[in-house]
Amino acid sequence: MAELVQLLFAGLTTGAVYALVALGFTLIFQASEVVNFAQGEFVMLGGMVTVFAYQAGLPLPLAALLAVLVAVATGVLLHRLAIEPAKGATVVTLIIVTIGASILIRGLAQLVFDKQFHALPAFSGDAPLRLLGAAILPQSLWVLGGAAAIVFGLWLFMERTLLGKAVRATAANRLAAELVGIDTRLVLALAFAVSAAIGAVGGILVTPITLTSYAVGTLLALKGFAAAMLGGIGNPVGAVAGGLLLGLLEAFAAGWISSTYKDGVAFLVILLVLFALPHGLLGRRAVERV
Amino acid sequence: MPPEPLLRVQGLRCGYGRIEAVKGVDLEVAEGEIVALVGANGAGKTTLLRAISGVLPITAGAIRFAGEPVETMRPHERVARGIVQVPEGRQLFGPLTVLDNLRLGAFRRGRARTEENLERVFSLFPQLAERRDTAAGALSGGQQQMCAIGRALMAEPKLLLLDEPSMGLAPFLVEQILETVARLRREGVTVLLVEQNAVAALSLADRGYVLETGRIAHSGTGRDLLGDPAVREAYLGV
Repeated sequence: MAELVQLLFAGLTTGAVYALVALGFTLIFQASEVVNFAQGEFVMLGGMVTVFAYQAGLPLPLAALLAVLVAVATGVLLHRLAIEPAKGATVVTLIIVTIGASILIRGLAQLVFDKQFHALPAFSGDAPLRLLGAAILPQSLWVLGGAAAIVFGLWLFMERTLLGKAVRATAANRLAAELVGIDTRLVLALAFAVSAAIGAVGGILVTPITLTSYAVGTLLALKGFAAAMLGGIGNPVGAVAGGLLLGLLEAFAAGWISSTYKDGVAFLVILLVLFALPHGLLGRRAVERV
Repeated sequence: MPPEPLLRVQGLRCGYGRIEAVKGVDLEVAEGEIVALVGANGAGKTTLLRAISGVLPITAGAIRFAGEPVETMRPHERVARGIVQVPEGRQLFGPLTVLDNLRLGAFRRGRARTEENLERVFSLFPQLAERRDTAAGALSGGQQQMCAIGRALMAEPKLLLLDEPSMGLAPFLVEQILETVARLRREGVTVLLVEQNAVAALSLADRGYVLETGRIAHSGTGRDLLGDPAVREAYLGV
């Protein structure tokens, strides 16, 4: 029982970060059909900028805020300098553009920061909480709570504000969005900005547990993309579900089989799911209605 | 000197890639007019409307609206000035509710007038009020067309560009939509109407243009065009 709870929390914690990355993928994909493989770099920037700003003497909340702002600026620049000029290019070209951008961001991070692993102090101490015999890190609760707050906030924005509805409208029908006077270029920039902020917050929350370095973005982008595919790309609920599920799969694979095969098991399950359900667990069939 | 028309298009050329669909069109719409644009499939009618809305870039020519050049403006800036299009095939935001579709129509307008305009749209199309919480994609064809026109009216158009509003609708619905167009004009909206149903469009319109492979072939009052043997034979099928 204790082991089960332990693995469950470990899985949900990593899964929450995957869910945030997947949510970032989904947001940009919905608004633009761009699959942004630089999504993991936002997570990296969130962690790394916070670490270095904190080491430079900034209080932790301010360092975190600065990190989010840096990630948002990066996201907006990515859209402005790489995605917007390639407007009208094929999906594959755009994917390659984002992969190139992620390599550039990683390289710059390596130059500006360093190649070491870094940690942040846990937000509310390291003393584990006891739950049904398992030891839960308080930081895990920060990750889960933070992710839940972001998901809820994003839902409120998309469902309850006119600007959020404009984002959904652009996703549903770009031509019609332009004809009702929505500046779709601005909506895309907004999608990149919000995605970057979501990724950065995920990076900040999880760094006290998993550590961070300039290179953590690559694997996170792959896992987040896998999570988004697992849930059904373009579906925010699917992204969150896919992320959590992927985290749990990894945790249980590591706990019950071997941690060596942790990453392998996750990708294997995704392959199987996509063979059986090409649109993901919650994905809609892509039906063109005329 | 007569006052400048609300819309003046001069020497407009545009197309898709290397295919030029509109080959130098001059066209004017005066304030308060209904102007019909008729012609065969592929004559460039929709392309012309898309260029006026700004969703399709033009390669040459000028578009003046209310005395101001608008051809370099982005679509949302033209909507803000009162050029609003009801596109061919409705193009609603399918997953969003009818109410959300209408509210998004008012995206460039102040929130204060949105509720007032909603009431106006609902009084024009009572069926939309009943189905306000339905996803727009689940409406019937006629209701979708009402929703598309309603969404455009929420933007408080000075010039309403209507692209094939009767396409795919049952005859009594076509009549209802065309009546609505006449009613909108009485309320002060200027209309540029593109229609395959040329007889209905020209009967309703003050003036008309016949577009033929990207060029204006005939123009005149609706009555004159309906009576012109060349037009009748080529486009009206009588």
